This record gives sequence, structure tokens and C-alpha cells, in this order.
Amino acid sequence: MAQHKVNYLADGGEAIKLTTVDKIVNFGRSNSLWPMTYGLACCAIEMMAAGGSRFDFDRFGTIFRASPRQSDVIVVAGTLTKKHAQFMRRLYDQMPDPKWVISMGSCANTGGMFNTYATVQGVDRIVPVDIYLPGCAPRPETLQYALMMLQRKIRREPANMAQKAKRLI
Amino acid sequence: MRAYKPKNDLQKKSYYNDRFFVTPQLEKKSVFSDSTFSADYLSLKNIVDIQDSYIQLDHLVIYINHTDNLKAIKHLKSIRAYDFMMELSAIDYVAQRGGFEIFYELLSTTKHKRIRVKTFIREEQAIESVDSLFRMADWSEREMYDMYGVKVNNHPNLKRILMPDDWHGHPLRKSYPLQGDEAASWYEVDQIFGKEARQTIGAELRDAACVDRYDTQRFARLGHEVPKGVEISEGNEPNTPIRYQEEGGVQLFGKKLVTPFDEMEKTVLKERR
Repeated sequence: MAQHKVNYLADGGEAIKLTTVDKIVNFGRSNSLWPMTYGLACCAIEMMAAGGSRFDFDRFGTIFRASPRQSDVIVVAGTLTKKHAQFMRRLYDQMPDPKWVISMGSCANTGGMFNTYATVQGVDRIVPVDIYLPGCAPRPETLQYALMMLQRKIRREPANMAQKAKRLI
Repeated sequence: MRAYKPKNDLQKKSYYNDRFFVTPQLEKKSVFSDSTFSADYLSLKNIVDIQDSYIQLDHLVIYINHTDNLKAIKHLKSIRAYDFMMELSAIDYVAQRGGFEIFYELLSTTKHKRIRVKTFIREEQAIESVDSLFRMADWSEREMYDMYGVKVNNHPNLKRILMPDDWHGHPLRKSYPLQGDEAASWYEVDQIFGKEARQTIGAELRDAACVDRYDTQRFARLGHEVPKGVEISEGNEPNTPIRYQEEGGVQLFGKKLVTPFDEMEKTVLKERR
């Protein structure tokens, strides 16, 4: 038997909060986005800086994971070559649903200045991209902004929508 | 001081005019103007047939037959103390002369001298590997094979080094287009999704500045979100405003943690203490 009783209505508010499933699921998803450590070129340096203590991704609940099986967002940071494209797609396929893709920098968006035979002309040719982040290379603040935009996107969509497997074709 | 040239029409001017410009050649000195090089030259002349030789930028350049390359480099390494191979590769002269010029850059760490051995092969001919003399030739010859398609005989592991094994063509040839041939432009699509996906994915977009805001396949449209692949055009664009979780302040157990700043309710200290 409890010896004392807490009056929630009097002492600082109710213990029950009413919300929708969509909101609570999206609250969880958007505030614990775990990106995969996937640096390809110089954009990766900015991505690492964004993860480090000065810019501090941790305060968004964003912690870089070393395995695709533990992550739900992949930041394609840098130039994707055609030789490497199949490995990038394989890593994306290994990530559990729901998953999102941020294409970071000009090279990942469009091939950038590498208008050559060996570079994939935009990662959207092989994976579906949610956020395109311009810049060469984008500053860490820009990557934070892209992540916040992705969070907004997640909060807006129904919680079970992301369960549908997103396939390019 | 340099003479002033107006720079305001610099962009309009063509960068390079002379179509038939011939690069001025550097000065070529006689082999006998340097005592070390002349000794090397005379020693090598007894071993192989030397077609041409001169000293350019303190390098001794010698041209030999392509069948003699292993013999000449072996002699230069063991007898003439050129113990370091810096570089070897090919130059594409297929259009002008129907073949490749192969060059070997050698350095003597004891004599502090550099020699360049050059030879010419026709397009379909193969060259003998020098991997048995210099281990660095292993990767350099693989690169030469990868980039120019020059076959190397008696190489321990002659396969592509930079491009994927199933790549079509040799990218550093003058005849290879910079933006890739047909096989290169579909390489990643064929690799990942198969040839039948070419229609769905479409050709490569080579204009980096092109953004189609009505493309709902590839672009996430924040603030104007529609289901993926919906046909929209200018004018009938749906406007769905962005709602933020933080709007009206975040409530936690009845208390507002973040309250929006109200200009009218602000309190100002009457006087500084």
C-alpha cells in the first residue's frame, strides 16, 4: 500500500497525455534519426564536423552508426563513382525500413563538377532521395538544416507510410 | 611593369585561338654534352639498337625497339646503376601514328641522374613486362592496360586496376568520349537493376543546373507535398502549409516549456541596479 498519494492534478499536471499514434511514432522517429557513417569524399569532412562537438548532432538525437542495420538515414556525402554504385545500393538495401536518404553536396545531387564517364550523375539514379542538400561542400550548419527539414518531413507524414518499401523502380 | 590589357571582355574572348598551334620544343642537347650520360649511352649502345637519343631538361632520352625494352632496362639497372623506376605509362598516338609510345622513367640514386627510355608499339602489339626488374611495374602496367588497352606479356596479374572488371573500353584513349560511351552511361543501372530498368530510370542528365520543380519522382517537395509520381503542372500546384511540432509551444505535463515570445507582454526593468 502506498503511504502517500501524489495528486497529479495539483502537483504539476496530469500524468496522462492524449495524442495520436502517428504523432507519437513520428516524434520518436524524427528525434532519433541514426545516420549511417557513409563518407565518400570531401563532404564527409563536413559531415564529421557536424557530428563532432562543435556543431553537435547529438542534440538532435542523431548518432552516427557504423552499420546499415542499425541506421535509418543514409547521408550520401561525396562523389559516387559508377564502380562504387552497386555497393551503395547494397548498403541502402541492408537498412531496415523506414529509411530516408539525404543527398549531400553537388556531386551526390547531380554528379557536380565530375561530368565524366566514371561518376554517377546523381545518386537518385540508384536510390530514392528525400532531401537534396546543395553546396560544394555544404557547411555543417547546412547539414543540420537538412536534417531538420527531414525531421519536419517525417513529422508530416503518416506513421505507417514509411513502412511501405520505397523502391526506385 | 607589365603592359595593361583591358579585362572586361575576357569572358567573350575565346580562350584559345590557334587551331594549328605547334608547341615549341624544348632544347635538345647532344648526348655527349654530359659525361655520365655519354658513358651510359655508349654502354647501352653495345647491348641494344638505339634509334634516337638526346638530353632534354637534364633527362637522357633514348628511343629503342619495343622488343628490346626488358634487355635495355635490365642493363641500365644492373650495370649502369639506375636502380629506381619512377614511372611508366603509354601515350596515345593512335590517330597520328597508329600506336602507343611507352615510356619508362628511371632514376639513379647514386649518380643523381634520370633516364627516360621510350619505345613505340602499334595498336595491336604487346609489350614485354618489366615486373621482373622493378616491382612497381606491376601496378603501372596494370594501369596502362586499364587506361589504354596496351597488352603486357608475362605480367603476373594483368587485369584492370581502376575501372571495374566488366568495364567496356579504355578511358584514357583519345578516342574515348569524356562523358563515357553507351556502356559507361548505363553501367550502374545495368549493374544494379538490370538492362530492363533503362526505360524507367532514363538517360543521364548531364546538365547540372537543371532542376524540374514539377518532377515528383525525384524531388521531395517540402511545403507542396504530393504523392510520389503524381502529375502536376504549373497552376494546379497544391499548397500544403508546413506545420511545426513546436507551434504554440511544447507542452509537457501542463507546463509550456517553450513559449512563443510576445512583444506586448515583455517586461523591462525600470532602472538598472
